[in-house]
Amino acid sequence: MSLLRVEGLRTVLSSAAGEVRAVDGVSFGLAAGETFALLGESGCGKSMTALSLMRLLPDAGWIAGGRVLLEGRDLLALSEAEMRNVRGREMAMIFQEPATSLNPVLTVGEQIGEALSRHTALRREEVRHRATELLEAVGIPAAAQRLGEYPFQFSGGMKQRVMIAMALAGNPRLLIADEPTTALDVTIQAQVLELLGAIQRERGMGMLLITHDLGIVARLAQRVGVMYAGELVEVAERATFFSAPQHPYSNKLFAALPRPERRGGLLETIPGSVPPLTTTFAGCRFAERCFSVMARCRSEPPAWHESGPGHVVRCHLYDQGATGRPQESEILIVPLEASSAVRFAQEDGSASLLEVADLKVHFPIRRGVLQRATGHVRAVDGVSLRLDPGRTLALVGESGCGKTTAGKAILQLIKPSAGSVCFDGEELTTLPAARLRRLRSEMQIIFQDPYASLDPRMRVGDTIEEGLLALGAAADRTAREGRIAELLERVGLAAGMRGRYPHEFSGGQRQRIAIARALAVAPRLLICDEPTSALDVSVQAQILNLLKELQTTLGLAYLFITHNIAVVEYLAHEVAVMYLGRIVERGAVGEVLGGPKHPYTEALLSAVPRLDTAGQRKVIMLQGDMPSPAKPPAGCHFHPRCPRAMPRCAETYPAETNLGTRSVRCLLYE
Amino acid sequence: MMPVLLWTDLLVFLLIACGIGAGAYVSRREYLLASWRRVGESRAGMASLTLLLAFVAVGLLDSLHYRPRLEAANGQPAGGYGSEVRSALDALLLPLKTRTEKTYSAPLATHLYAKETVELADGSQARVFPRLKHGGAHLEDAEAEWSRDVVLRILRGLALAVLAGPTFAALAVLAAARRWGMNWQAAWRRIRRGESRFAWDAVLLTLAALLLLVGPAISLAGGYHVFGTDKVGQDVLYLTLKSIRTGLVIGTITTLAMLPFAVALGIAAGYLGGWVDDLIQYLYTTLNSIPGVLLIAASVLMVQVLIDTHPAWFATAAQRADARLLALCLILGVTSWTGLCRLLRAETLKLRELEYVQAAQAFGASAARIMGRHVLPNVMHIVLIAVVMDFSGLVLAEAVLSYIGIGVDPSTISFGTMINTARLELAREPVVWWSLLAAFVFMFVLVLAANLFSDTVRDAFDPRVAGRRSASSAQEPAA
Repeated sequence: MSLLRVEGLRTVLSSAAGEVRAVDGVSFGLAAGETFALLGESGCGKSMTALSLMRLLPDAGWIAGGRVLLEGRDLLALSEAEMRNVRGREMAMIFQEPATSLNPVLTVGEQIGEALSRHTALRREEVRHRATELLEAVGIPAAAQRLGEYPFQFSGGMKQRVMIAMALAGNPRLLIADEPTTALDVTIQAQVLELLGAIQRERGMGMLLITHDLGIVARLAQRVGVMYAGELVEVAERATFFSAPQHPYSNKLFAALPRPERRGGLLETIPGSVPPLTTTFAGCRFAERCFSVMARCRSEPPAWHESGPGHVVRCHLYDQGATGRPQESEILIVPLEASSAVRFAQEDGSASLLEVADLKVHFPIRRGVLQRATGHVRAVDGVSLRLDPGRTLALVGESGCGKTTAGKAILQLIKPSAGSVCFDGEELTTLPAARLRRLRSEMQIIFQDPYASLDPRMRVGDTIEEGLLALGAAADRTAREGRIAELLERVGLAAGMRGRYPHEFSGGQRQRIAIARALAVAPRLLICDEPTSALDVSVQAQILNLLKELQTTLGLAYLFITHNIAVVEYLAHEVAVMYLGRIVERGAVGEVLGGPKHPYTEALLSAVPRLDTAGQRKVIMLQGDMPSPAKPPAGCHFHPRCPRAMPRCAETYPAETNLGTRSVRCLLYE
Repeated sequence: MMPVLLWTDLLVFLLIACGIGAGAYVSRREYLLASWRRVGESRAGMASLTLLLAFVAVGLLDSLHYRPRLEAANGQPAGGYGSEVRSALDALLLPLKTRTEKTYSAPLATHLYAKETVELADGSQARVFPRLKHGGAHLEDAEAEWSRDVVLRILRGLALAVLAGPTFAALAVLAAARRWGMNWQAAWRRIRRGESRFAWDAVLLTLAALLLLVGPAISLAGGYHVFGTDKVGQDVLYLTLKSIRTGLVIGTITTLAMLPFAVALGIAAGYLGGWVDDLIQYLYTTLNSIPGVLLIAASVLMVQVLIDTHPAWFATAAQRADARLLALCLILGVTSWTGLCRLLRAETLKLRELEYVQAAQAFGASAARIMGRHVLPNVMHIVLIAVVMDFSGLVLAEAVLSYIGIGVDPSTISFGTMINTARLELAREPVVWWSLLAAFVFMFVLVLAANLFSDTVRDAFDPRVAGRRSASSAQEPAA
């Protein structure tokens, strides 16, 4: 008998725009010891499904129908008091954001103890003992001592481990993990995924994994359910799903992933976005965005079709007598023709556009009444880069390594403490303010969060116009109007949208507006600070395509700051890996990502979840977290976590070693 | 007559001119108009706005000042003007103003509230409640006819209201019908069923309720003192209506005096940081650590001494009282900007780290431009809320300050001075409750309407709130 059976679950949220059918007839089963992954883009109802199972819906939401059977007992029929016994004891949940899931004013021990005393009959001493065991089980060293510490004393990954320990306190048989690693760095994500897998195997729990990341699905799940617009569209075993996805949406999800094979071509995109769930759907919900759409798709909702053992799909393409078959998502390598100006610049190669030498940004730590600087956070500690016109340099690293600060320091948005930034032969750090202002049109920035990077009270046209006005690019009004319209069309929006406010746009559209704003002043260098990390895969593909196309047609140089290795492989020409304020390895993309030399690069690359499930590569597990940039370890910054550390590593910071076209900072290669 | 323009009048008219200018500016911009349309769609907002406008109308009438031409004894116009400054409201309420009694009388009373020794016809003396000079003077036998007369007058007032009501309603319906391009029956149906986007139904209902109160009040005021009289026999209804202007002036002009300080200093402190921030923080921390009432008392007394030592500056008593009112507004403004300044500084600290501000910096936009274009519009909702919240707070503060004797000039009629005199009346036996109650009810309605309206405006202008309302379905339902 399966551990969990969900039958026709329907969840409705009320909103001013009408009833949002967030979950609309979802059915699936989950056996003990099995991991079932719910996969989909944001707004598809994945999280609402999880909250409905726990009956933890927001006030505006209610369950409109269906059954949730946990070991044969219908959870929806239980009273709230009985439900409280189910939560934590029979099923537990881990949330996405570990930073806000723990109460900051209670010690970790108290919070785990709370869960324990609620669900077990242990006495005080036993509770403490048991809490220590749990912390040890989730791999927190010195557990007994850390029980008395507060959440702020834990790093993000450690907090997520504490959350897992709390979830395990009641010994649940079902664990719901709602995007458990989305807020974590790649190497930490690898640790947490490993831990979740191990715990599940040990305890034989069922796990419902909610994620948007195909890589995590490949790593952890046994079965996969793809959700789209409130309903499941495909359910399959992992192996069959990854080898032969059936639904056009699943197909497109794979095709939209940036991969090295696609270099030089455009990514496949899914046009449009997930329809609002207030819509009453007549036919297939994906019809509007589907490439294989047929007439009946728009009028008749598709039924389940069994296409193999345990593999079902909801699509008209598999109906009896249907002629169409899903287009194999052939990789369209559309070769992009570089314009002659760009080619010229690339071939010339002698004059680099941006040259950064030994850039340092130190933030003073002030203490005491007199606010004296007692130390420095060495956010960027000696970074040297070189970027040629029309090329893309990816700056890769985990959060807190200083890559964003480096980007802003290059633009002189943050005053560098030392070093030089040479843009097109002009030294920016010592340039007078007026000269610098004129140069600003040459270099622009795109930010990570498309929701924070547009002024909510300015219309889109005004936002774009701002750059034109500030730098006096277009003097008279009609010229500016024309330029705004041209820019909006350039990034794939309609010129008539200039009168709207940012909140009327989706995340991808906002990012396009941000790109248009940067392009307004015709820059030659664009610093892209994680421009796609807040976006869904299909939208990410649209933005990456746009960036690539702009580079080939306008000859822009990108400094691409990211933690997403797949994007680097697809887009970048060169790559620089940063760790704790310094660049540890740099070189051409193929070289560095194909054969990493620095142990950190190696570990970083191996930690990225991959789709190729066949040959499970060995993941190099890094111990612990990144140290604080206020107190970097002596010697090589990486040596406390390095699997190949030598005694000598603790003594001196390695100098740069040139290995042909690339350079590494590691004593192994000296 | 000779028009007189008091300083506060000037500021009030300036404010109205600004309001009209802003209205014209908004009406040419579709996107701002959309926000105001949302205000218009809110029933609570429109009902409170109707009430507020009624108050403002009274206040405006009371701001049109003049000095009447002196009349000589023989009926020939004399060469000069009286030293008394009157307002249009005074002219309207002349009967109320002039028909004073000897001392206290209860609402709608026919007799004084205090016994007096009177000489009877037979020469003996008796302690009785004497008849009022004006209140119920038209009645022969006060005891027997009073209740009938009052009921009749109320009915007459209601009839007046019922007659006047449809006139307003018809005007509104015709205006709406023209707007929608339909005949008036259809427009009326639409309004009655609450189907119109603009909350006409709320406006008309509020107007109806107002008329039903005002009609009987007018009718009763013809023969009685509706809210009674105060210690020196002045009609309390007249006093309450005169207080409205003082309240409105203090509530609006003070905020105007405060806003430039609070907004400029708050945003500058938050955005520029460094020594500017230190200086501004030092300034408002110092100001805040002086007890507010003490500071206000000291400033008011200084101003008062200044006014008293220069009697030649002012032609009339009204101008002197007005100077003191203006001084109080400015003093209250200068001492009360710290709260809003702090709020704005904190909000600006948050905003300046946002990426759209950094994007503007990347364009090389100047600090002044960023503060004006990006920071100010995004803190405007805080300013708007603060202004309206402060409005009610200041109306109340005036009452408190006048109560302890450092508020407006004693000759200025205000809610505060009314409450101040009520202090003694409450200690009296039997209690004189009507002047306190009248002041309280008017002040309460004014402040409540202002607060409700401010809520509506805030919700309509915050694009995040509006966005949530319209786009919540498009956004992901779960984080």
